Amino acid sequence: MTVLRSRIFRSLQPLLAVLIGLAIGLLITKFAGENPWHVLKILVNSAVGSRYDIGMTLFYATPLILTGLAVAIPFQAGLFNIGAEGQLTLGALAAAAVGCVFPDIPWPLAPVLAVLAAFLVGGFWGFVPGWLHAKRGSHEVINTIMLNFIAAGIASWVTLYILKNPESQNPETRAVGAGYLIHHFQSFGDAPLSSAFVLALVAAILVSVFLWRTVLGFQLRAVGQGEGAARTAGIDAGKMKITAMFLAGGLAGLVGVGEVLGNAGRFRLGFSPEYGFIGIAVALLGKNRPAGVVAAALLFGALHKGTSDLDLETENVTRDLSLILQALIILSVSAVGLWDWFNRNRPAGRRA
Amino acid sequence: MMAAQTAVSAVELRGISKFFNGVPANQEIDLQVRAGSIHAIIGENGAGKSTAMKILYGLHRPDAGEILIRGERKMWSTPAQAISAGIGMVHQHFMLAGPYSALENILLGVELGNSSAPLLKAFESLARPVDRKSAKARLDGLADQYGLRKIDWDLPVETLPVGVQQRVEILKLLYQEASILILDEPTAVLTPQEIEELFSNLKKLTKDGKTILIITHKLKEVMSLADEVTVFRAGKVVGRRAVADTKVEELASLMVGRKVNLKIEPPSKPVPRDPVLEISDLHLTTAPGRARRVHPLEKISFSVRGGEVVGIAGVEGNGQSELLQVLLHPRDFSKRNSASVAHATGSVRCLGRVTMNEQTRLRAEEIKLLGVGVIPEDRQREGLLLERSIEENFLLGLQKRSVFSRNGFILRKNLREAALRAIEVYDVRPRAIDLEVEALSGGNQQKLIIAREFECEPKLLIAAQPTRGVDVGAIEFIHRRILDAREKGAGVLLVSSELDEILALADRILVMYAGRIVAQFNRGEVSEQVLGLSMGGAHA
Repeated sequence: MTVLRSRIFRSLQPLLAVLIGLAIGLLITKFAGENPWHVLKILVNSAVGSRYDIGMTLFYATPLILTGLAVAIPFQAGLFNIGAEGQLTLGALAAAAVGCVFPDIPWPLAPVLAVLAAFLVGGFWGFVPGWLHAKRGSHEVINTIMLNFIAAGIASWVTLYILKNPESQNPETRAVGAGYLIHHFQSFGDAPLSSAFVLALVAAILVSVFLWRTVLGFQLRAVGQGEGAARTAGIDAGKMKITAMFLAGGLAGLVGVGEVLGNAGRFRLGFSPEYGFIGIAVALLGKNRPAGVVAAALLFGALHKGTSDLDLETENVTRDLSLILQALIILSVSAVGLWDWFNRNRPAGRRA
Repeated sequence: MMAAQTAVSAVELRGISKFFNGVPANQEIDLQVRAGSIHAIIGENGAGKSTAMKILYGLHRPDAGEILIRGERKMWSTPAQAISAGIGMVHQHFMLAGPYSALENILLGVELGNSSAPLLKAFESLARPVDRKSAKARLDGLADQYGLRKIDWDLPVETLPVGVQQRVEILKLLYQEASILILDEPTAVLTPQEIEELFSNLKKLTKDGKTILIITHKLKEVMSLADEVTVFRAGKVVGRRAVADTKVEELASLMVGRKVNLKIEPPSKPVPRDPVLEISDLHLTTAPGRARRVHPLEKISFSVRGGEVVGIAGVEGNGQSELLQVLLHPRDFSKRNSASVAHATGSVRCLGRVTMNEQTRLRAEEIKLLGVGVIPEDRQREGLLLERSIEENFLLGLQKRSVFSRNGFILRKNLREAALRAIEVYDVRPRAIDLEVEALSGGNQQKLIIAREFECEPKLLIAAQPTRGVDVGAIEFIHRRILDAREKGAGVLLVSSELDEILALADRILVMYAGRIVAQFNRGEVSEQVLGLSMGGAHA
């Protein structure tokens, strides 16, 4: 009975954390001289008030689902992927590069090729730190951070010197061929919501099936839970970690699909407002499970969209409230988790 | 009841209760320890022995009850207060700082431990140089007084044998002027000779008026050492006996709460079959520039036939773990693997396949799939995913068998059925396959591992310390299973530091010392005495 209760409680924890975080955040707006109730109404209204708003929320959520998964999968294998930012940058660049170099390939082959390129190149950028960790024992956190910078460097160079759009002052590549552009949902007004959102949802479902229904997924999670036990069972821990990092990089790379094929039609330097790092928060809030990641990504997407109207609608609060709320939610997740951790560790002395 | 109660007890616990998160760890514990006696505290894992001792030592604060030291009521909340009342404890895992000398370790304890304001005292002692010479002289004097063998005070503690490290711990307590000594499982890591020396030392200490409390689960030791014994079960005291008035069988059934059969019927003569494991000229050398965490192995050659149990006896840390690692993970010790900490040479054949020689090194997965079952030494770290369910732990290592997966997908129905059947057959309690393994007792965790490893009827079973930390009832069960596997024709390689276990189960006994096989005996050809001597290196 207590087991059941604590399980339900544990799965409700993130929700509790979100509520606490929102409450504190809104309280802060009171100190800024706003009516929290009013701010909340603007937030909700601006996030889901119209079809367009809902479309924008889903649009913002799309990359977060993917980067959240890109953090969650390595986490299940016992690794911390801070490199989703670099992986998504190169994935997007690869999609754009294919589209610029072979502009005449027709639909539907063209987007398939671009998706593959984004996945493989992003995957490679995850594979490298995975391989280094498995074979050379170097720490994946350090390596993924450094690879983020390298990815940014490569992206700048390719964009400015190789695929530069001659007709623009902006740091961006030429436009991809018309055959590459993917379907926009008409029912959300002007929101650039494309089939990339569906792709992200399918990815989440596949990851869930992979982790919990397949042998490979089981082995990967076994390594994350107890590398020693997995090793004794004959599981090649290194291979599992490399697999996890490759998949993670590939999923992060798919962020490029929504951006390049579904939104801008080209690669723009700095298009990502650090989706890769927000993905860490998304995975944390979603407890590293695909369904949780999707829910957390939707929430963060809604926050991002919801706060965008604050600049206009309030005197004293700006859209930066989004960052404050994100931070507060993460802090409350950690605080609730910490409380749980204390409870779990206190009876350690019981065993003789 | 006994003469003990007429005199004032050195230690008395009255109605001590302690709850962790509402779960009782100790309930109404009453304990009297006569001054100048050796008092054993016995009980299975989780029976609450250690909790009670930690309360006495000030590491836990009791929720109810009182502590009396020499008849005086005491309340304390830190070990420092207990230490200044003359109580000392040698923990199961020694509390020594490895790189520091024996002397420094002892002074470290005194400087920080003996004060109600430890921080201030620590600063004071930093300011004033320690007089090492007089400290050494006093320690030598103490050793003389209690008849303990001398220690070289200036060597780093980590270079001393385990038995000597323990002596350092005991001298530390004497130096702190402790008169009540608590020893938690002190014999777990000692050779039989070291155990003998420890016991005679402890007896000498009581002659000088020290009182000794010893926590153990080895009933034989209780009988040979203690004067009185208190039995714990499920957080309560279930019996006190004068050792002279009791028998091992009685203590065992008190501990378990039912009658236990401690004797294993001698197994039938082994039927010689084909070898299932042949090791020849195995060497392991530390890779240059790597830390010496790995014990080297030298010239190891032996074989295990189907239908026999080969026991490897030896004090822990003489290369047994490394031997098993090389057998199961030859690739990790290859020269070609740049991450390996040590390199193995020699050849190993397992169930007719070469698993390791100059050219080939099979992957761990391939070796397991040949039909090798493994009961790992450290069950929690190497055998189980503690935060996962019984069901998932049952699958670990079996996930590629055709019964449990097809085309890379797990067959959940088959898994569930097999796991349910297995925990029934192997009596894993509670019977809840969704329960996290963390919640199981040590014995049930071990039974789960055995259930899993026996699922595919291994032809070679490698069992390392299979009954460590397992309660008496489960030991009986596990031993019977190992012998069953032997009856069915499996070869068993049993690595154990428990002599009784080796003597009872093994058809042949190899003794490992300092990374080599130093002696070999057949069943019945060797006494515990001789075996103990060679474990200590006498035949090396």
